[in-house]
Amino acid sequence: MSDLETFRKETRAWLEENCPKEMRDAGAGGEDAICWGGKRWTFQSEAQKIWLQRMAAKGWTVPAWPKEYGGGGLSRDEVKILKAEMRRLRARSPLESFGIWMLGPALLKYGTHEQKAHFLPPIARGEIRWCQGYSEPNAGSDLASLQCKCEDKGDHWLINGQKIWTSYADESDWIFVLVRTDPSATKHTGISFILVDMGQEGVSTKPIKLISGKSPFCETFFDDATAPKEHAPGVSAIVGELNKGWDVAKYLLTHEREMIGAGGSGSLFAARSPGEIAAQKSGLGDDGRLEDTLLRGKIAEADVDGWAFMLTMERMKDEAKTGQGVGANSSMLKYYGTELNKRRFELMMDAGGSDELEWEGERTRDGKLARGWLRTKANSIEGGTSEVQLNIIAKRILELPGS
Amino acid sequence: MPLVLTEEQEMLRDAARGFLDAKAPVSALRKLRDTNDPDGFSRDLWKEMAEMGWAGILVDEEFGGADFGFVGAGVLAEEMGRTLTASPFLSTSVLAATALKKLGSDAQRQQSLPKIAAGEMLYALAVDEGAKHAPAKTAMAAEKHGNGFRLSGDKTFIADGHVADKIIVAARSAGAPGEEQGLTLFLVDAKSNGVSVERTQMVDSRNAARIRFDGVEATGDDVLGEVDGGYAALEGVLGAGRAGLAAEMSGAAQTAFKMTVDYLKERKQFGTEIGRFQALQHRAAHLYSEIELAKSATLKALQELDESYDMAGVVCSLAKAKAGAAAKLASQEAVQMHGGIGMTDEYDIGFYMKRIRVAQEMFGDPAFHADRIARLRGY
Ligand SMILES: Cc1cc2nc3c(=O)[nH]c(=O)nc-3n(C[C@H](O)[C@H](O)[C@H](O)COP(=O)(O)OP(=O)(O)OC[C@H]3O[C@@H](n4cnc5c(N)ncnc54)[C@H](O)[C@@H]3O)c2cc1C
Repeated sequence: MSDLETFRKETRAWLEENCPKEMRDAGAGGEDAICWGGKRWTFQSEAQKIWLQRMAAKGWTVPAWPKEYGGGGLSRDEVKILKAEMRRLRARSPLESFGIWMLGPALLKYGTHEQKAHFLPPIARGEIRWCQGYSEPNAGSDLASLQCKCEDKGDHWLINGQKIWTSYADESDWIFVLVRTDPSATKHTGISFILVDMGQEGVSTKPIKLISGKSPFCETFFDDATAPKEHAPGVSAIVGELNKGWDVAKYLLTHEREMIGAGGSGSLFAARSPGEIAAQKSGLGDDGRLEDTLLRGKIAEADVDGWAFMLTMERMKDEAKTGQGVGANSSMLKYYGTELNKRRFELMMDAGGSDELEWEGERTRDGKLARGWLRTKANSIEGGTSEVQLNIIAKRILELPGS
Repeated sequence: MPLVLTEEQEMLRDAARGFLDAKAPVSALRKLRDTNDPDGFSRDLWKEMAEMGWAGILVDEEFGGADFGFVGAGVLAEEMGRTLTASPFLSTSVLAATALKKLGSDAQRQQSLPKIAAGEMLYALAVDEGAKHAPAKTAMAAEKHGNGFRLSGDKTFIADGHVADKIIVAARSAGAPGEEQGLTLFLVDAKSNGVSVERTQMVDSRNAARIRFDGVEATGDDVLGEVDGGYAALEGVLGAGRAGLAAEMSGAAQTAFKMTVDYLKERKQFGTEIGRFQALQHRAAHLYSEIELAKSATLKALQELDESYDMAGVVCSLAKAKAGAAAKLASQEAVQMHGGIGMTDEYDIGFYMKRIRVAQEMFGDPAFHADRIARLRGY
C-alpha cells in the first residue's frame, strides 16, 4: 500500500470515529452553519465545539500549515485526500475564518517566525477571530489611495481614520489594517500592514445593514487607537517591511480572491442546484424533462460552466504546484467564479418562482434562498470588483497597455 | 492524476508545434483551398506525420503504433487546431483507431491497425443522417440477408468521407429510429457495390462527404462489435472524437485569441493602441477566462478516456460543449476586434472562424452536449 493509501485509510477511520453525527450535513445549513470561532463565539451546539477541538488538535483546521504553527503539515495530496474523505462523510468544515483564508497565508509568506508562532496557532484553534481593514469610504477599487493615518510614537503606533465594509468587525477580536505610515511617499509606497487588537477604546464599529437584511459588515473607526511596536517580545505589529505593506496586501488579496471565486463552485456555501429546484417546482413532463425548455437550457449551460470552472480551479492548483502557474489567475478565478455564482442564484430564483419570494415564514425558512441570492450580488464586489479583476487580467496576463 | 501534461506529453507538444509551424501553417490550408485540391489534404504531409508516429498515436505498439494515449492524441489535435492543419487525423487516427482498438475482433485489429499506424489506410465514420447530430435517431437500414446484412440509407457530414478507403457506418439492425437499442456498426469498403460518395466542400475548406448506401452487402465479419448493441460502442468512439475536436477547437481558439491580443497591442486609433480601451480589455479578459475553462475541460476529458474509457462519455460532452462555446466566442470576438481587416479573405482569422463553426457542429453542438448533461442530472 502506498503512503497515500495508508493515509487515506487512517484518515477515513479517524473521521468516522471522531466526526460527530450532527456535523455530517455539510452545506445543509449554508452560511449560517459556519463555525467562525473567536473570543465572542457561542457554539451553536456541543457537537460543533467538539468537532472544532478534535480537528484543531490534529492541526486539520488548517491542514496545509506547518505543524509548529498549529497546522497539520500535510502535503497537497494529503490535503486533497482529507478533503475528499470529509466530503465522503459530508463532514462540515470545523472552522472558517479570515484568519485562515487571508491573514494566515500572508503571515506564512511575509511574517517573521515570531509573528507566525504568536498569531497562527490561535487562528488554527479558532480562539482569535480576525477581520480585514482595507476599504475606506474613499478608497474602494482604488484601494491604494487609502488615508487611514498611522504615526510612529516611539514605543507604539497611533492610528486615526475610518474603514468601511469591514466584514464581521463587530464580532472580531483583532483586525489587520492597511494604514498610511508615510504620507509624503507615492500612493503605493507609504502603506503599511499592521495588526491591531480591537479590544481597546480607540477602536469602535457600527454595523451596516445589507439588502439581504443581515448586517455582516461594519464601519470601523480608529480614534487614537494604538498598537505597541511589539505585541510580545520580538513580535512586531507591522507585517513585512514598514511602508511596504502594499506587497503584503496584494498577496493577501490573491488568497481572498481564490477563496471567494471558489464559492462559484458551491464548495463553501453549497446551495441547492438550479436543476433540482426547477424539477421540484415546475415538475417534469412525460419525458422526465423540465417542460420549460428555455430555463432548462440556461441551467444546463450554467452547469457546463460550473463543472468546467471546478476543473479549472483544480488545474490552476496543479499548475502552481509544478511552477507553471500564472499568479494573476487568482483574478480570473475570482471573476469567473463569482459571476457564475450570481448566475446560478438567478437561475434558482427563476426556478423557484413566487414560492421563493416569501421573505419571512416557515415555508422559505425566512426567505433563505432569496437572501442567499441577494448575498451573492456582493461576490463580484467584495475582494475587488469584477471590473477590477478584468483590468488585472488585461494588464498582468494579457499585457495590454495600461489606461 | 494532476490536470497538467506530463513531461513526455509536453515534449510531444513542442515537437508537434515546431513541425506544424514549418510544414503546415494556415497558408497550406489556403493553398489546398485555392488550388481546389482533390484530396483536400496533403498526402505527403500525412506520410510524414505517420513516420513521426502520429497516425498511430492511439495504436498499440504491437501493431506498429506509438500507443501514446488519448492525451497524446489530444495534444496533437490541439496543435493542429493552432495551425488549422487539414489531415485525416481525426477520422482515421482518433475515431477509426479507437473503434477498431476497442471493438475490433483479433482479425479486424490485425488487418487494420498496422495500416492505420503506417498511414496507408484512411477511414471515415458515418453517423449523421440529418442536419443535426442525433445518433439514436439512426434510420439507415441493416436488413438481415442470408448470413449477412444489406445496408441502405443516406449518411451526411462524414469527415474525410471522400478519401476514405473504409467506412465505419452505424445502421439499424433492430428497433425504431429514436431507440438506442438496435444499432450495429459495420466496416464497409468504400469501393463496395452500392456505395456512392459525394464530396462536400465545407465552409472550413476541409472535406466531408454525403454517402449513399444502396443495398450494400455486409457479412458477419464486417460487423464491428455486437449486433444490435452498437449504441454504447458508438458513444465510446464518439466520445474520443468529441474530445479530439474539443482539443482542436481549444488550439484554434487560443491562436485566434493570441492574434487578437497581438492586434490590440499594435493597432492604433485615436492616437493610441486600441488595447488601451477598457471596453476591449474587458472583453478580451472575459474571453481569456472562457478559453481557460475550455482547456481544463478538454484535458480532463482526454485523461478520463485514458483512465476509464467506459465512464468518460459525460466529461467528453462537457469538453465538447465548453470548447465549442468558447471557441465560437473566440472567433466572433477575433473578427470584431480586428475591424475591417478581420473580414478580409486575405487575413487568416476568417479561416479560424470557419473551422470552428464546422468543428463545433460535428458530433453534437454545445447545446446537444449541455442537454445531455442536463438529462444525466435529472432535469
Ligand atoms: C459583502 C461585502 C463584504 C466586504 N468585506 C470587506 C472587508 O471585510 N474588508 C474590507 O476592507 N472591504 C470589504 N468590502 C469592500 C470591497 O472590497 C469594496 O466594496 C470593493 O473593493 C469596491 O469598492 P467600492 O465599494 O468603493 O466601489 P467603487 O470602487 O466605488 O466601485 C463602483 C463601481 O465602479 C467600478 N469601477 C471602479 N474602478 C474601476 C475601474 N478602474 N475600471 C472599471 N470599473 C471600475 C466598480 O467595478 C464598481 O462597479 C466588502 C464588500 C462587500 C460588498
